[in-house]
Amino acid sequence: MTAIDLAAAGTGQAAPKEPLRRQRRLSVERIAQWAFLAPAVIYIGLFFGYPIVKNVVMSFQDYTTKTFFTGEAPWVGFANYVSVIKNSLFSTTLINTGLFTVGSIVGQFVIGMALALFFKRRFPLSGVLRSLLLLPWLLPLIASSAVWKWILDQDSGILNQALLFLHVTPAAIPWLSSPNVALISVILVNIWLGIPFNATILYGGLQGIPEEQYEAAALDGATGWKAFRYVTWPNLRPVVSVVLVLGVVYTLKVLDIILGLTGGGPANATQTLATNSYQQSFVVFSFGTGAAISNILIVISLVFTVVYLRLNRRAIDE
Amino acid sequence: MKQTKTRQLPYTVLGIVFLAIMLFPVYWMVNTSLQSGPAAVNATLIPLHPTFVAYQQAISEQLGNMGTSLAVAVGTVIFTLLVATPAAYALAKFRLRWVGLVMLALLISQMIPGIVIANALYTAYNDLGLLNSIPGLILADATTSIPFAILILRAFMESIPPSLVEAARVDGAGHWRAFWSIVVPVSRNSIITAGLFSFLFAWSDFVFAVTLTTSATVRPVTLGIYTYLTANIQSWAPVMATAALASIPAIIFLVFAQRYIAAGALGGAVK
Repeated sequence: MTAIDLAAAGTGQAAPKEPLRRQRRLSVERIAQWAFLAPAVIYIGLFFGYPIVKNVVMSFQDYTTKTFFTGEAPWVGFANYVSVIKNSLFSTTLINTGLFTVGSIVGQFVIGMALALFFKRRFPLSGVLRSLLLLPWLLPLIASSAVWKWILDQDSGILNQALLFLHVTPAAIPWLSSPNVALISVILVNIWLGIPFNATILYGGLQGIPEEQYEAAALDGATGWKAFRYVTWPNLRPVVSVVLVLGVVYTLKVLDIILGLTGGGPANATQTLATNSYQQSFVVFSFGTGAAISNILIVISLVFTVVYLRLNRRAIDE
Repeated sequence: MKQTKTRQLPYTVLGIVFLAIMLFPVYWMVNTSLQSGPAAVNATLIPLHPTFVAYQQAISEQLGNMGTSLAVAVGTVIFTLLVATPAAYALAKFRLRWVGLVMLALLISQMIPGIVIANALYTAYNDLGLLNSIPGLILADATTSIPFAILILRAFMESIPPSLVEAARVDGAGHWRAFWSIVVPVSRNSIITAGLFSFLFAWSDFVFAVTLTTSATVRPVTLGIYTYLTANIQSWAPVMATAALASIPAIIFLVFAQRYIAAGALGGAVK
């Protein structure tokens, strides 16, 4: 709303010499135009602006279930942050978040890229197969988590049954119940989820590379791996950056998969910043601590967002 | 011609193998859901004796939750399109100040983790009485769909030739008339894309379901699945049946609206 007022006021001041009627019509025009944007701006303010500010405020308060009854949330300064960082769990969640993100991104990207290159050669049914590949990406994450929890079940899951049948492993692997294996399992499931997205975007990028460049490179003797190295990769760089940065930002906030598969366990082996923030706020009901953790998560996300925006701008400029 | 086809056959076979591996979990979900022994622990590789017992149980336990999810998803689609379509048009076509700032806010908003929003909304919703309510979930779920929809729609609307709208404007139509009678019909395809994805986002939402509902009165089906997962699972068949039922919208959209889904998959990330 203030934006509309400001815009109207701005035009009024900027053109004092204009005839009054034209001036009024201009500001009416401006208001009409801003009316298109106003609902979205108000919504963004209420559902993004407010939560971010509220989170920062809460992180400096002792905000618990008691607050809902008494309305009191005493200021505690940086006490929430100190207690979060001093907690031995913090380094665990930070390392887990890093491993989960890097592992997921590397796996998704490499396999996604391989599939994108594979589908670039058009062959019978390639279009149908490529679009069906999107399915894992479209399913509700919690439904996928349920299926994977069943597949990875230690005693009767199909994966262990198959591995035992083929004598790949002498004993059933505790995919989700061993602290040593659980994080790897969760990463593998997240890779599976991310492959369609990576493959689709990279495939789109590959389509944008002019065929003449490959023909010219082939004349110079660059085929196969060399063509990828000298033609595909340089052309694909902007798309690759966007895919990687978006992948990092999306992976940092993953909650469904981890809560569905392991609930952050066993023994916090799969606890990340996002799940820990959830746990603090909605299991322990210590909203101040939860807010402090999620603010740390926001800062990390924002670093990557800035990288993304700079890449995006460069991509637009080019 | 025939020769190239036979030469390409190995690729088709390989492609089918890749797809089979990627879609195996989906197959396994359906396969398990059709088998219902007393324990259903040892599922066979194919449903030799398919039964819908698990679906009966899933429906009897989750029908209400699916209704909630449907109401939330449809509400989110309507709300998202009402807010996002005019905004996308303004961002694409009007020369307004702060357009850059709004675009920046939209890009950043896509990066904000849902748990951050949920954390703050919980306390606000508690005061406003929006916890455990369908409007509360719709408003929260729109945090995913509105930025996405605006970016998708704006990308398309930028390509609408100005002459199209100007012709109507010269005939005396106001901005809203021109918007409704020209821009919306022309943008039909991208509006469908935005709507389908808004539906899927809201239908699949878990973060807001698990944080902004505290009772069984308003419980989306995603939370129904999660409740199964947190308990000690005796039989996987009803869980898989529920997961399969929850996957129906995604499957329907992919099969019958593949064009729109593919457009959204590409447009959402690059633009």
